[in-house]
Amino acid sequence: MLAYCAKRTIVAALVALTVSIISFALLHLSGDLAQSLAGPSATAADVEQVRKAYGLDRPIAVQYAEWFARAMRGDFGQSFFLKVPVGELIADRLPVTLTLGICALAFALALSLPLGVAAAVRPNSWLDRLALGLSVLGQALPSFWFALILIIVFGLKLRWLPVSGSGTWQHFVLPAIALGYYAAPAFMRLTRAGMLEVLASDYIRTARAKGLRTMSVLFKHALRNAIIPVVAVAAVQFGFMLGGSIVIESVFSLYGVGYLGWEAISRADFPVVQAIVLVLACIYVLLTLLADVLNAVLDPRIRVC
Amino acid sequence: MTIDTFVRVAEVLPPRRGAALRARIFGHTTILIGATVILAVLAAALAAPWLAPHDPFAQDLSQRLIPPLWDARGSWTHVLGTDQLGRDYLSRLIYGARISLLVGASAAAMSAVIGTTLGVLGGYFGGGIDLVVTFIITTRLALPVILVALAVAAFIGSSLEIVIAVLGLLLWDRFAVVTRSATMQVRALDYIAAARAIGSSTARIILVEILPNIANVLLVVATLEMAQAILLEATLSFLGLGIPPPAPSWGLMVAEGKEYMFFSPWVITIPGAALFLLVLAINLFGDGLRDITAPESRA
Repeated sequence: MLAYCAKRTIVAALVALTVSIISFALLHLSGDLAQSLAGPSATAADVEQVRKAYGLDRPIAVQYAEWFARAMRGDFGQSFFLKVPVGELIADRLPVTLTLGICALAFALALSLPLGVAAAVRPNSWLDRLALGLSVLGQALPSFWFALILIIVFGLKLRWLPVSGSGTWQHFVLPAIALGYYAAPAFMRLTRAGMLEVLASDYIRTARAKGLRTMSVLFKHALRNAIIPVVAVAAVQFGFMLGGSIVIESVFSLYGVGYLGWEAISRADFPVVQAIVLVLACIYVLLTLLADVLNAVLDPRIRVC
Repeated sequence: MTIDTFVRVAEVLPPRRGAALRARIFGHTTILIGATVILAVLAAALAAPWLAPHDPFAQDLSQRLIPPLWDARGSWTHVLGTDQLGRDYLSRLIYGARISLLVGASAAAMSAVIGTTLGVLGGYFGGGIDLVVTFIITTRLALPVILVALAVAAFIGSSLEIVIAVLGLLLWDRFAVVTRSATMQVRALDYIAAARAIGSSTARIILVEILPNIANVLLVVATLEMAQAILLEATLSFLGLGIPPPAPSWGLMVAEGKEYMFFSPWVITIPGAALFLLVLAINLFGDGLRDITAPESRA
């Protein structure tokens, strides 16, 4: 168990390191950074001065090592545009994005678990078909478009919920639905497949034979085992949701990390973009690591491999 | 472990060949519906210059935001109405199909090459090579796709080619994961041992024995990735960093119509619905393909 966790941790650290190199490289995609920082009207001397001031005249490996060392301490440099430390910007915005992610995940699970269980209890019934149909439709729905439709229907026509900002919990309802629905089909299929397998097993027959109520058998005995793969995928999906928040946050003007990233990209604020890519990737790496360890705890068979 | 979880989601099992394949295709409703819609969109895209009633770029400010035919104010001149610049919406929609299909097919093809190569290498050789491949896949999965795609498009300038290249370079993960596990399963089979025994080279075994036997699975993944690429292109264009205007990308049409969506909802519902239908059709086709080639994998 310990060896398994240690191995997974080393891989996770290596992945994080590689991602840091990639996000550092992103910065240099635009060509000469000093030139773009100095602006189009700068003279050659100005550009040289900017190059020196930002340390861009040194070898790229040295620049990376310095950036990495500072990033490890949470110092991502200054935003070119807002002139404040990038770390502070992200720390300010991260709670909104995490709240959105958690609400979206909760919505997806609340939708998919009951449907998945119901579909498994009566395979090939109308309910099973309905659940399958919903999941096929859901996977084809473009999230930005679904978000706009939600805004038109619930925000503008019915006036039930606010459509922009992040002040109250109501502000998170529509964004959470728009972000979470996409993960629901995967959860539902996994729950259904897991439940089908578990429901056919001997201990479920025993539980039924000793006269337990159906609900107790389903939720206390069966779901607990069927849900193990869902836990892993939920962690992974949560990571994807944080990445996908850029679309939803910009549609709903939710001031989270995704919106910050989109703004930073539009005004070529490289340090901010870099840091957001790194932070989101590291959260994802941590989540998958957590999921793997959790899985190993829940299912002893995994520890062997 | 993470990789295995993804395989479970993909629910792809080794293919099964059957003499009744053709019968199964024509007995399968979803695959027929999917194929019909895809073919219709493809035909519209190819025949765009003849089908489109107007020039998709021609602006006419006196004809702004005319509603579609089903609205009381609609007319036959502009069947799907016009946008905020007075451009004919049906014509833009038809030309937009070209962008979606081109991006979807090219990005899927590109990611197929990258992902299949990685997956075959890891699955066939195993050991250290597999560790490296698994590591590359894990790293790729950790990158937030939309953010990285947007950043690249913004920093080096977006165009149709850039969007295709960025999506192709980012979307190969499922190909790699599925190819890797399928290759592992096939590698252990007797006919591979037989091929090796008669002295086939490794390249020959991979190209002639393994790839054709996992082709069905790859085809299913290709449909999924094509759908994914089409959605992502629309998303990038919607966020203003995909296909640059005035090209009639469906995602861009939604973005441009956003301001007018309350009083003229068709400017967003029409391109969005087109996107939804095309992606749905491709997914239905892919699901059907999976049922037909590996019916036992139906969840």
